[in-house]
Amino acid sequence: MANKAIAASAARAAPRPASGVSAFFLKHEWARGYTLLSPTLGVMIIAMCVPVFMLTAHSFWTQNYLTIDKTFTFANYVQFWEKEIYFKLLVKSIKISAIVTFTTVVLAYPMAYFMAFKVKKNKLVWLILITVPFWTSFLLRVFAWKIILGFNGVINSGLISLGLIQEPLEFLLYNPTAVIITLAHAWAAFVILPIYVSLEKIDRSLLEAATDLGDGPVSRFLRVTLPLSMPGVIAACLFVFIPTVGDYVTPKLVGGTEGIMIGNIIQSQFGKANNWPLGSALSIYMVFGITLCVLGFLLVARLITKGGSLKAS
Amino acid sequence: MSIVASKAAKSAAHVHVPSSIMEGRPYGGLFFYAVFYLSFIYIPVLFLPLFSFNDSIYIAFPLKGFTTKWYGEMAASNGLIEALKNSLKVGTAVCIISTIFGVLAAKAMTRYRFPAKGPITGLIMLPFVVPGIILGIALLILTYSMGMELSLFTIAVSHVLLAVPFSMLVLISRMEGFDKNLEEASLDLGEGPWRTFWQVTFPLTLPGIVASLLLCFSVSFDEFILAFFLSGNEATLPIYIWSQLRFPSKLPSVLALGACIFVFSCVLVTFSEWLRRRGVQVKTASSV
Repeated sequence: MANKAIAASAARAAPRPASGVSAFFLKHEWARGYTLLSPTLGVMIIAMCVPVFMLTAHSFWTQNYLTIDKTFTFANYVQFWEKEIYFKLLVKSIKISAIVTFTTVVLAYPMAYFMAFKVKKNKLVWLILITVPFWTSFLLRVFAWKIILGFNGVINSGLISLGLIQEPLEFLLYNPTAVIITLAHAWAAFVILPIYVSLEKIDRSLLEAATDLGDGPVSRFLRVTLPLSMPGVIAACLFVFIPTVGDYVTPKLVGGTEGIMIGNIIQSQFGKANNWPLGSALSIYMVFGITLCVLGFLLVARLITKGGSLKAS
Repeated sequence: MSIVASKAAKSAAHVHVPSSIMEGRPYGGLFFYAVFYLSFIYIPVLFLPLFSFNDSIYIAFPLKGFTTKWYGEMAASNGLIEALKNSLKVGTAVCIISTIFGVLAAKAMTRYRFPAKGPITGLIMLPFVVPGIILGIALLILTYSMGMELSLFTIAVSHVLLAVPFSMLVLISRMEGFDKNLEEASLDLGEGPWRTFWQVTFPLTLPGIVASLLLCFSVSFDEFILAFFLSGNEATLPIYIWSQLRFPSKLPSVLALGACIFVFSCVLVTFSEWLRRRGVQVKTASSV
């Protein structure tokens, strides 16, 4: 019976004409894979690689009032070093992002730990609860903080109506701290999942082994759990650090003049200042800055984890 | 991000945690920390709906009384209705197009072996990590260099760029989740690849496809950073909100709008997450 079916299907499948093209596809798995992938890859190349290449090209051109002078020049790159504000803003943006990254990761770790090790029932509910906010509007989350921290905002008016203060606190809004708080909140959901996944993946028998061999909860955490969750922590850091350096929405809404970041300057070059080539060069510097920091961070992370594993062994 | 989300879903469904490791009381200090953390995530956003029902032009305590007039004012605004229509148009186009690209890529990634798979995956995932401002200005430059006008089309292109990686990841985890032998059986029994796709792959992937449609829609619906650079005369909802933030008198109706968008996105995302994770559970049940 089974043999018959196989024979029948073989008979149906076999006489398929193998012309040049289809024979080629039948023979080469990679050809089928690439064909299937080509539309997606094509779109990504046209909508991402080509524009980024043109951005780079623009950074070597100059703005001539309304037209763009396409003679190759390093003028924009030189200009970056002539006014020290650009470099200062880049460093400041990186600092703000680094603080935000550190804060979010430190705050998220216990939460991820709780979900991975302590939640027994309704794990999906917890997962959905922390996943939902990161799909919702970034603009609205930033906007919410403008309302909360504002001069007549939630905190000030709340404290006044409670009789705790007489005058609104002025230091809440329009400074780098407001930017840091807002970003730390807006990106909070992005750091839990990578850390959670890496904690969830840890082989529980390793923890039992550590306990059996006499480690207390604290040293077991430091010697087993923490090092094994480092990939998740590193991924979380990158997820937050890289996009926040270039943020212009948060500084614009809650940062004021003091909280301005490199993203605002770049954005203004494509808006009011209307100097696209300079804006392009600034964004290239920003990407370089981010890349350097990320490489440095990965290097340090690698040294630390290596040192840790040596000590453990 | 949903790499992790989908991985998380999977590990939640598969990993069986030996109870001996679950030391400590379930409602220990960490539980209180978790509640605190969730409040930190949710409470700031909840001020939007709270003050949208407050009968005062000022966003401040004490609350003055309950009103729905800001919702009425919001619904009466022509600009808003236009923006809503635009957002729906862009979102619908983006979710369908991105999901088609996502299905193709996910099928290629899960069913075939070919060289440079890692780097290609990395390339498709790049929009996750590249700062939005870079993608925004790069696409702006491309649009002008091609002599095109900024429009809903340019916004949609940028949103497809953002949504494709999400779609691909959701669908990869779905396609890895069911038995590949079902497809092979269909091919062995003489169905062509096209019919195999529609009769076997598509029905089995359907929960993932619906989840991808909803997630891509909400990515586009809430996206501001790219749309800000790429919008012409026609605004999407986030762009409209941004333009209204300058007017203090419009603030309460913007809050009402924000509250609506927040609730809408939450429903959409919760439904799609539920769908996706439910799919995973069904799969484990059937494979047992």
